[in-house]
Amino acid sequence: MSDPDAGPAGPRSGAADPQGTGPGPTGSGSAVPHGTGPNGTGPSRTGRPTAIRLNVNERVRQLDVDPRTSLLDALREHLRLSGTKKGCDHGQCGACTVLVNGRRVNSCLTLAVMHEDDDIVTIEGLGDPDHLHPLQRAFVENDAFQCGYCTPGQICSAVGMLAEVAAGWPSHATADVASPRIAPTDAEIRERMSGNICRCAAYPNIVAAIRDTARGGPA
Amino acid sequence: MKSFSYERATDARAAVAAASADGAKFISGGTNLLDLMKLDVETPSRLVDISRLPLRGVEELPDGGLRIGAQASNSEVAADAAVRSRYPVLSEALVSGASGQLRNMASTGGNLLQRTRCPYFQDTAADCNKRDPGSGCSAIGGLNRAHAVLGASDSCIATHPSDMAVALAVLDAEIELLGADQAVRRVAVTGFYRLPGDTPHIETVLGPGELITGVLLPPPPPGRQRYRKVRDRASYEFALVSVAAVVSVERGTIVGARVALGGVAPKPWRSTEAETALTGRPATMGTYRAAAEAAMAGAVGRGHNDFKIDLARRTLCRTLAQLAGAAEEAG
Repeated sequence: MSDPDAGPAGPRSGAADPQGTGPGPTGSGSAVPHGTGPNGTGPSRTGRPTAIRLNVNERVRQLDVDPRTSLLDALREHLRLSGTKKGCDHGQCGACTVLVNGRRVNSCLTLAVMHEDDDIVTIEGLGDPDHLHPLQRAFVENDAFQCGYCTPGQICSAVGMLAEVAAGWPSHATADVASPRIAPTDAEIRERMSGNICRCAAYPNIVAAIRDTARGGPA
Repeated sequence: MKSFSYERATDARAAVAAASADGAKFISGGTNLLDLMKLDVETPSRLVDISRLPLRGVEELPDGGLRIGAQASNSEVAADAAVRSRYPVLSEALVSGASGQLRNMASTGGNLLQRTRCPYFQDTAADCNKRDPGSGCSAIGGLNRAHAVLGASDSCIATHPSDMAVALAVLDAEIELLGADQAVRRVAVTGFYRLPGDTPHIETVLGPGELITGVLLPPPPPGRQRYRKVRDRASYEFALVSVAAVVSVERGTIVGARVALGGVAPKPWRSTEAETALTGRPATMGTYRAAAEAAMAGAVGRGHNDFKIDLARRTLCRTLAQLAGAAEEAG
């Protein structure tokens, strides 16, 4: 995939990873091109380290992790991509939602070692203040957050969710699961976003932001 | 979390060999296993990652049935065109479970093998015969609102939490297994799970290292299909009671009926008693009530979950009435 030394490949990858360009104080993350062997960085904090290669926000990252390291902790603690949030750490709140190979997942309930060469997109890879993703813009315009802690997960989840709607996937809100076309109604949006909790209860505006984006074209 | 070694299996035979070792477990979606490992309820010493095995597809079978690869995600199966058009009860059950994120991660095999959400099973400070055989059951006499009313024992009253498995039970699905001896066998979903008796820690007929490679659906039964789930929240919640049913009606008479219940038993609960009470009878509420009585005849409440017995009866009646009405309209 992209060679980190070649610089940003476009506005989306250019927005990626504002702080993660090298190992943090405790992290072992570093960026190497595909095909490069282990880069000699030290072991992660506990247990026997395993070398893995992830493609995060269109940049190849190689790191050594304890096999117990969740994808969430690899992103936050090793790659210093702190946009993805740890809420419950048990798959109940959705704050840790990222996209893996285009599908939204809870990064707290999967191991980093299971994602060798997977394409991972975090909130940092979707946009930055100068180049907002359409959903980020819609969240701002609709005041779709209060404290903001759940917001990165909400937005990553919404990106994945709208792709699922576009692919015609049914939901529990779909009257006839055999119907090939899905309309992004408020009922569909609410049902499909139920894996993302907002304790500030900004739900009406979150639904409005997603509805605006859905009607304005693909996210 | 206890430390473990990790390896990625490249083929099913190697996976089975690796997982036959003491302390080894398969991991696929990880949504339930990792949750339980964080709680120290599961403490494998070796994880064999089967998520990249080539077992993802949903394929047509020559007999008109369908083969679902064990690594197909819950969302892929729910969205499959053949599943949606010919086995809608399965698609409905899948999309009623978990969240969009979790359905993208969870595999078909893992869904079948997910553990109970009994809070005492998940709490290592509580007594639980399933987690720690012989320690007792904190749910009996405890907060057991979510627990089983059918098929439970004095050792364990935990429910099986899967929605998908309830639909598979009503569809007469079979589970394809690859054993440690590399032999392939098939087991009906209804025969896959064991009732707790005095060994609630033994939940299925799986042998050591045995791997689920697929689920086989026979051609769809005639009639209308429906999955109805009743829960405390409108979404992202386990069933208090669920019903999977297939009903065929001709000139006001029920000529075919299949019924399975979820949320009420330690396994997906196929009710042949209800089916017998329906078949050949007029499609009326009186018939549905008789079927509901038959389905719940052996039910035992444990206090907080007493309401489930009547809730299951009423959920079954309503599901049957809607299905029979729709089947009649469709002619």
